[in-house]
Amino acid sequence: MSEIPVVEFAGVHKTFGAYRAVVDINFQIRKGEFFSILGPSGCGKTTTLRLLAGFEEPDDNGGTVRIAGDVVNKKRPYERNIAMVFQNYALFPHLSVERNIAFGLEMRKVSAADIPGRVKKAMEMVRLDPGQFARRMPAQLSGGQRQRVALARALVLEPTILLLDEPLGAIDLKLRKEMQLELKQLNKSLGTTFVYVTHDQEEALTMSDRIAVMDNARVAQLGTPAEIYECPRTRFVAKFIGESNFFEGVAQSQGPDGWLVEGPGGEFEVPTHAAITQGGKVAIAVRPEWLDIAAPGAAPPGENALRGTVSDVIYLGETLHVLVAIPEGSGDRRVTVAVRNEGQLSRPIRWTKGDAAVVCWKPADCQVLEDA
Amino acid sequence: MHSLKMPIWLTAFVAAVYAFLHIPLLVLVVFSFNESKYGVSWTGFTTHWYERLWERQDIIDGLKASVVVGVSSTVISTLLGTLMALAIARHEFRGRRLMEAFLYIPIVTPEIVVGISLLILFVLVNFPLGLMSVVIAHVAFNISFVVVVVLARLQGMDRNLEEAAMILGADELTTFWRITVPLLWPGILSGAMLAFTMSFDDYVITSFVTGTGASTLPIVVYTMVRKNIEPSINAISTIILVITSLLIFAADRLGRDKPLVKSEE
Amino acid sequence: MNPFALRQAALRWFHRHKETQAWALLAPGFGWLGVFFLAPLLIMFGYSFMPRGEYGGVEAGFTLEHYARFADPLYIKILWRTLLDSTVCTLICLVTGYPVAYVVARATKWRNFLMFLVILPFWTSFLVRTFAMIFLLRDTGLVNTLLINLGVIQEPIIMLYTPFAVMLGLVYGFVPFMVLPIYASLEKLDLSLLEAAEVLGARPAERFFRITLPLSMPGVVAGCLLVFIPALGSFLTSDLLGGAKEILIGNLVQNQFTTARNWPFGSAASFIVMALVLLAVMIYLRARDRGNELGAQ
Repeated sequence: MSEIPVVEFAGVHKTFGAYRAVVDINFQIRKGEFFSILGPSGCGKTTTLRLLAGFEEPDDNGGTVRIAGDVVNKKRPYERNIAMVFQNYALFPHLSVERNIAFGLEMRKVSAADIPGRVKKAMEMVRLDPGQFARRMPAQLSGGQRQRVALARALVLEPTILLLDEPLGAIDLKLRKEMQLELKQLNKSLGTTFVYVTHDQEEALTMSDRIAVMDNARVAQLGTPAEIYECPRTRFVAKFIGESNFFEGVAQSQGPDGWLVEGPGGEFEVPTHAAITQGGKVAIAVRPEWLDIAAPGAAPPGENALRGTVSDVIYLGETLHVLVAIPEGSGDRRVTVAVRNEGQLSRPIRWTKGDAAVVCWKPADCQVLEDA
Repeated sequence: MHSLKMPIWLTAFVAAVYAFLHIPLLVLVVFSFNESKYGVSWTGFTTHWYERLWERQDIIDGLKASVVVGVSSTVISTLLGTLMALAIARHEFRGRRLMEAFLYIPIVTPEIVVGISLLILFVLVNFPLGLMSVVIAHVAFNISFVVVVVLARLQGMDRNLEEAAMILGADELTTFWRITVPLLWPGILSGAMLAFTMSFDDYVITSFVTGTGASTLPIVVYTMVRKNIEPSINAISTIILVITSLLIFAADRLGRDKPLVKSEE
Repeated sequence: MNPFALRQAALRWFHRHKETQAWALLAPGFGWLGVFFLAPLLIMFGYSFMPRGEYGGVEAGFTLEHYARFADPLYIKILWRTLLDSTVCTLICLVTGYPVAYVVARATKWRNFLMFLVILPFWTSFLVRTFAMIFLLRDTGLVNTLLINLGVIQEPIIMLYTPFAVMLGLVYGFVPFMVLPIYASLEKLDLSLLEAAEVLGARPAERFFRITLPLSMPGVVAGCLLVFIPALGSFLTSDLLGGAKEILIGNLVQNQFTTARNWPFGSAASFIVMALVLLAVMIYLRARDRGNELGAQ
């Protein structure tokens, strides 16, 4: 018997007037999962979260939202028993820290005798000293402390689902890294399902069990961080998460291992893919670190190789990016090749601007895109 | 802050404008303690003119009428204005922009026009002119001001706070009483103070819609100013000044209390 | 049904009928304004087209005579004087108010206190302030007494009940209305713009006329409106400081309803005031929109 998903979106649509905020959203979230919704601003991720929280309702006949198997389309937020951390924390400015944290317990009619203990426990859970902070007002806290109060206010309810709307956006980088780890640990230790909205791809890759990448009101791709990063299905996903080089061409002939594609910069092989038809357009994405650069004629056998000229070398510390211009009839295609930095002072790489070179990669290392 | 040197003539000019604004009132206050009944030569300090005020029944009655009118018109206009502001800030409805624009008309309409048009209405429907008609008029010109003040506060308020309360389990009514009202309270109070001050000060509109037995303090003072010249006017003016200054000071304090709700840094 | 379930049901109903909820909140206030503000204006508008009744009030019928009377040179003069006075008052307020707003906006210490000093008279009883002017200006007032005692003059200068007194009273009454919006726009001004101009070689006067003034125009326009409108409708100032000599359209309206008992004519006059006010507002909105467009470029 398969487990009932904690959250399920089935064909959910939401329009505001003429504006289609989300279109045909489908996904299921498993119990205890750290699930991220990732996308640029205006992609519909916040609307998706608000649909789950109950601040918005799906359109009529606009699909169903289920929580633990129950349809909650028309349920008000306070009937849903979920917790949420807001982007700007939304701490009640007129209530002290402890009163903020106790608010949800009071609303749930928890007996007054139990409240102080639970508040204290929640504060300790987010590593806020109750003796020091309980009586403070939100205005007297730093950004990071507010963040922790907001988290405690949500966790004190022992929710099965915790929604987080870009909660780390407003704090500085170092603290953010720290909080990322802490959130991930809380997710695992409490067994609470986290639904995390962010526009920061690195954050999503670091923390999530699975990611839904949203683009233009739809889910563009759903998968584990590795699936999303290594097998982007669309040009958008490939571009939005990490860096990618794109090559296009026309499918010429099918061999045993894949297709031979004729591109403006030369021929290359791609693996077999359902989206490719004879004579049809093909687009592929290759990560810079999966590309290699070699002297003309020195490409390893069996790899795709396109000829070009080194146009720039960029020093990034851990790696170096060698930019290669591949002539393509009307203009050049800029390709980025990542090369491991083995010490430029002792063992500098041999590439400098103007060198003739070939860019090569194994056919299996490229990702065929569905939107060619 | 970047320091920009002010030319001395500019500072002097501005000082002169401040003098122009405040010296007349200061003089008025000072001479309310002058012994001499005639003229403006200083003959000695006295509180005689203040004591005299208590002997004048018309002033006592005027003060009472002003307080009654002020309090009741403030309560009504604050209540109605706050409800309207809530509707405008928190709800989408057809004609919302039109409603917002409409609310500014009473603010720009000259008092005299408000006064006489109400007089026409009251006479037309045979409504007796008295305290009641004055209260009605004061509410009519105060509502818009209350709406503007409360609306500003509401619009500066973070909607997420109400949503946070709801997701924590508070239904709409609980959210309203435990979150919205406490946060809106300073706005409501400063709107109320504003309404009371305007009601307490109004002469023009009141003069048209008042009737026998309903002379508010400004009506009495106007008559005194007209008939002239007894230092009692200085004394009552001073009292009015003190009352309104205190109200304005309080409203000003409330208007800009602590950080306005946005919990970001 | 228990109370809790009833409450939930009611909230649910209101949630499904948001517009109804909005109108329920609006209804009392809107109703009050409709009956006691809008309806009176409409009735007054109607009155301005009806023949005059014998003891005040109106009689049934339709006439344009009350508006036609404004072709009379006497009334044209009153209208003209009102417009002129309001305009002059606005200009004087601008010239006196702008420097105040400028200095206060640049003040480092005392800024809030200085602003409070401007706000204070803004809310002080207009009647009391007008009386303060009388107290200073009348023949036996402080100014004359002082000048005579100092031997500057022998006879008191007649200041009260002159156009000068009226103008002084208007300016005294309305300067704060000018200062507030200009201050608001100057306070927002990014001082690094002035530094940039300085670095680019602009002298103080150039910095003011080419940076500060243009950027504070929204405040200037708003301030002018806030002074012009009440000046148009004022009658207390001219009534108390101008005696019977300086009649403005506000006094005309008041006379028709108190002594002259010509209600329809008074209604027509106040509609002309109202029309002028709305015209001023419209010009203001135009200017503001044009300013916004310029700002967007």
